[in-house]
Amino acid sequence: MITALLQAAQISTSANGLEHLPPPASGGFWFLMTVIKMLVIFTIYMVGVMMVIWAERRICAFIQDRRGPNRVGPHGLLQSVADGVKNIMKEETYPGQAYLPLFILAPVMSFMPALITWAVLPYAAPWDSKWGTIDMALAPLPIGFIYILAIASLGVYGIVLAGWSSNNKYALLGGLRSSAQMISYEISMGMSIIPVLILAGNVSLSRIVSQQAGWGLHWNVINCTIAFIVFIVAAFAETNRVPFDLPEAESELIAGYHAEYSAMKFSMFFIAEYANVMTASALMSTLFFGGWDIPFTLWDNAAPHTLLKTLLTFGFFWVKILFFVFVFIWVRWTLPRFRYDQLMALGWKIMLPIALAYIVVVAAATLALENFGIHPASWQFAVAMLVINLVLAALLFGVLDRGRLISPAYSRLDRRDLAKLRSARVERVHYEPAPGVTHGGAD
Amino acid sequence: MSIGIKVLERPIAQTSYVRATLKGMALTLKHLLDPDKVTIQYPEQKWPLSPRWRGTHRMLTTEDGKAKCVACGLCPTVCPSNCIKLVPGEDENGNRYPLVFEIDEFRCIFCGYCQEVCPEEAIHVGRHYENSEYSREGFVYDLERLMSQTHPVCEMWDPADPKGE
Repeated sequence: MITALLQAAQISTSANGLEHLPPPASGGFWFLMTVIKMLVIFTIYMVGVMMVIWAERRICAFIQDRRGPNRVGPHGLLQSVADGVKNIMKEETYPGQAYLPLFILAPVMSFMPALITWAVLPYAAPWDSKWGTIDMALAPLPIGFIYILAIASLGVYGIVLAGWSSNNKYALLGGLRSSAQMISYEISMGMSIIPVLILAGNVSLSRIVSQQAGWGLHWNVINCTIAFIVFIVAAFAETNRVPFDLPEAESELIAGYHAEYSAMKFSMFFIAEYANVMTASALMSTLFFGGWDIPFTLWDNAAPHTLLKTLLTFGFFWVKILFFVFVFIWVRWTLPRFRYDQLMALGWKIMLPIALAYIVVVAAATLALENFGIHPASWQFAVAMLVINLVLAALLFGVLDRGRLISPAYSRLDRRDLAKLRSARVERVHYEPAPGVTHGGAD
Repeated sequence: MSIGIKVLERPIAQTSYVRATLKGMALTLKHLLDPDKVTIQYPEQKWPLSPRWRGTHRMLTTEDGKAKCVACGLCPTVCPSNCIKLVPGEDENGNRYPLVFEIDEFRCIFCGYCQEVCPEEAIHVGRHYENSEYSREGFVYDLERLMSQTHPVCEMWDPADPKGE
């Protein structure tokens, strides 16, 4: 078992195009660097979540022509700190009929998956130090992608357990909705990433990133545009954000699965939502936008892997993440919520077939192009895929989106029903006004 | 006789979800970048009050710092909510003055009749609304407090012709 894992690790290191690097660091230095990496990532991530909560409140205020929180600290930056202090001070209430062990476990369960996904994400170029190469991922797993899928499907547990253990019908309904929604969209999410794996030829995340390295032409958003569109929609559904926030749908379910939570436990769900947003953004940048790759330059992928390069690529990775976080917030404050049947129809009837068909398209295109001698790493390949994707996107949005992507509330009439309705003859009912009632106006 | 049934054939622009989404996002982005915000940042900025705003009372004083009130008793008489307490007194020259003049701002409905009825232009309702106290008793304003208020008073009529002559 262990030897098999080690072999897999060796294969992935030899395949990720970094063979020219000195051997990985070992011993005390490796341990020290791992601890430092953990501290840095955890700190940046948690502070980032706080800042994203602040950013959401500010951006939504701006969208609604308000100003948002601007009193605590410069531009209200410390608002989340103040809210955190308030929530820790508040009294925790426990519903009398709740099942306490799960009730307490649920906030943790919804928060942890978002956090531990970060363990495998490569977030910067490797640092070629004096004492050996430091890989800039906390745990550079050779099966990183499968790990992410496994962890992502854990996310639903927190919400379902919260809904069930609260012993509240609205919370339970929210939990049920969320389980149906997250399971449906997880499938199209997983399917949408398979084209990426076809191009990378590996499930290791560092391989997926190094395959996209270059001028920015090999980013998977160009190679697999439709997969990216499916992935971003599924990511919205997975994070339970508008337009897919049916689990909490406050107009129908009060607050959904966290209706019974108060103080810091409620806050944990709140933090978990934004942690999930950041993780989904990080996944999108890693899988489709080249990870830490800086576009329009080859400098960041070239040989001397200095500390400066590591820090710059790290910064650039965060720029990409913040961009996607902004998109999440922007979409949330634009779109209304889906109806439940629309949600299910979109997931099963539209997204899943599109994702499946796209796997075939990408596989066939890759095979055909390689037969013509165009290797996936060449620029001709990227251009060919771009043309294919543009045609497909035009078809998808031009032909499919004619009231078919989402069935509207009035729903289309069948032609035969329409003809029947039009030919219908209705006898006029003789109408006698009640005595004493007079018609006003022209009558 | 038949009636026609109208079936709406909606144009594509109305049934296209992607188009509607992009349009909506363009709209929200426009508002996001629009520097014109509707919020009034309250403690620093204030909404301008109408010159006829009727708020917390104020007693005007003469040049030598005494209340203009002559304790005629018209304002407690006209007050519909019975919130003015007046005990008249008389000095050695025979001039009447208020011994006790208290207004319960909790009972007051800010109708402004007291200002309207006052023959001496002494009691006024003011252009002022920020009242807060730690106790109910704090809202019973005595003569001293009414005299020390400095906010502008309600202009129920043309200030150029205060007596309405």
